[in-house]
Amino acid sequence: MSGTPAAERGAGSPGPHDAGYWPPVSRRRKAGNLVFWGVCLIALALVIVPTVWLVAGVLVRAIPHFHFSVLWTKTEQLTGGLLQPIIGTLVITIGAMIIGGIISVLTGLYLSEFAVGRHRGVLRGAYEVLAGIPSIVLGFVGYVALVVDLHMGFGLLPAVLVISVLTIPYITKSTETALSQVPSGYREGAEALGIPTSWAMRKIVLKTAVPGMITGFLIAAAIAVGETAPLLFTANFSDQFPSLVHVTHQSVPYLTDVVYTFSALFQPVNSANVLSYDAALLLLVFVLVLILLGRAVAAIARRNSE
Amino acid sequence: MLRWLGGIAAVIPLLALGFILVVLLLEAIPALRYNGLHFFTKSVWDEGTGYNAVIVNTGGVKHLSGADYGALPEIAGTLATSLIALIFGVPISIGAALFIVERLPRRLASGVGIFLELLAGIPSVIIGLWGALTFGPFIAHDITPWIARNMPDVPVLNYFRGNTGNGEGLLTSGLVLAIMIIPIVASTSRDLIRGVPILPREGAIALGMSDAQTARKVTLPWVSSGIIGAVVLGLGRALGETMAVAMTCGVALGSVPGNLYTTMTTIAATIVTNLDTAFLDGTGFAVRTIAELALVLMVITLAVNVAARWLVRKVSGTALPVGRGV
Repeated sequence: MSGTPAAERGAGSPGPHDAGYWPPVSRRRKAGNLVFWGVCLIALALVIVPTVWLVAGVLVRAIPHFHFSVLWTKTEQLTGGLLQPIIGTLVITIGAMIIGGIISVLTGLYLSEFAVGRHRGVLRGAYEVLAGIPSIVLGFVGYVALVVDLHMGFGLLPAVLVISVLTIPYITKSTETALSQVPSGYREGAEALGIPTSWAMRKIVLKTAVPGMITGFLIAAAIAVGETAPLLFTANFSDQFPSLVHVTHQSVPYLTDVVYTFSALFQPVNSANVLSYDAALLLLVFVLVLILLGRAVAAIARRNSE
Repeated sequence: MLRWLGGIAAVIPLLALGFILVVLLLEAIPALRYNGLHFFTKSVWDEGTGYNAVIVNTGGVKHLSGADYGALPEIAGTLATSLIALIFGVPISIGAALFIVERLPRRLASGVGIFLELLAGIPSVIIGLWGALTFGPFIAHDITPWIARNMPDVPVLNYFRGNTGNGEGLLTSGLVLAIMIIPIVASTSRDLIRGVPILPREGAIALGMSDAQTARKVTLPWVSSGIIGAVVLGLGRALGETMAVAMTCGVALGSVPGNLYTTMTTIAATIVTNLDTAFLDGTGFAVRTIAELALVLMVITLAVNVAARWLVRKVSGTALPVGRGV
């Protein structure tokens, strides 16, 4: 028995910490272990290296020519700054957050609190399937249905509608998950105190779920800011400022289009290529800020719940 | 009050889904009728005679004379790029996830998590820009010529031989897609592996398995159905990815790639780069053909997504995450 304590075996026989107590680990076993974890480490390196390469590749080409003045200088043809595209991207994103956000939060609330059984399965399946539709298909449908058939023309409204549909699954999912994780003791406590259900829902249940919902909004914002293909067919591009009055028949500029159409793939002009990398840099910074915000929200929520 | 508003809102995703399907079908039906089954077997993309275009009416479908469409290169290209993405992306993701959970200290693991979130959050147009201007030229210059020279000229492997081009093509697009599916597969696998209970793993160690054996024979099989789901979800993303592929594939319509390095196209890349030209077709038939392409893409990705969710629910009873693995 290899496991018997030394006292029972008598003095003199080797204990668990003495050499010779355990059979030696075979070299093959050690090598096998080493090789396996070595391969896994290489895999991890193959995840990190492209990420660093990608970000560094953009930074190295963008930063030497970057001036903060692009933030407030107007785009004129292929030169100048990025003022209109920045505002366009912000307006489209905020619009999608408002329209998509309201629909998604209500949907998530309904699915988690009211809907039951088959009814819930169908509605939940619908938004999950919606998440699987490629954005280019959504963009094409937006073009055919909204821009052409409904005579909206290229504009802010079709762009915001398409991006909203694109973001609905993400916000809905996180709202639903956040609500379902609210401890049932909270609801029961509210009920025991005689608080009306709808009031408890607003003041207690929704409030507890806010951090999870914010995470969903941040993911959705990252997607809305980074989308290109659906916007090409709904917002088109122009160097006009986006107008909140003329939401149809007026093309809207946005950053991802600058990255694409001003790049060296299409434009031999140096000033345009510089703007393309500037726009890419701004998008990267924006995504990084969203990620850090998401982490901060999660950390605050964790501290509050303790 | 909230209940009614919620009930109305909850129907909107379903309506949107129906709306998308109906619009695509209505737009594509004439193209489905005129292009027929040859659409799936022919390699040709001809919008019809350019200047002295004559409008022809075939069985009620108006189109330019000589219009001839076959989407075999698009469909084959979509499947081929996604296959390359899976071949490279899946083993890398699973290995990385195992290492993060089993070998890295907690604090470092959270730091590496930022890389995955960043990779998932980078807009695809930026990945495309990098793929077209930095990564593509690099592999065309420094890596693929060597592979092409040293591959033996035998069936299958001769697909690796030949002219290596300028970096726009099948291999570049596939590798870029691999980078894009890694965050989805890796972060889902990481969370799944983290959730494996400690007891079966300790049991394996107690039986004398090394930790590599434990990882391979206990931990991974424990979460295999979830990982398969994540892989299929990543496949859905790869099939539908547009900008990164459009910028790195060279968009060569009308021919199936002859080797791993030639320019090619996918359904999504064709839609995004050809809609402009399609507007010029006064009969609208080119746009209808693109609608047919979009329909094909949607059917493929929906089948993949629904299969993934069904598979995972059936095997493990948990739901798959929606989205990009952030």
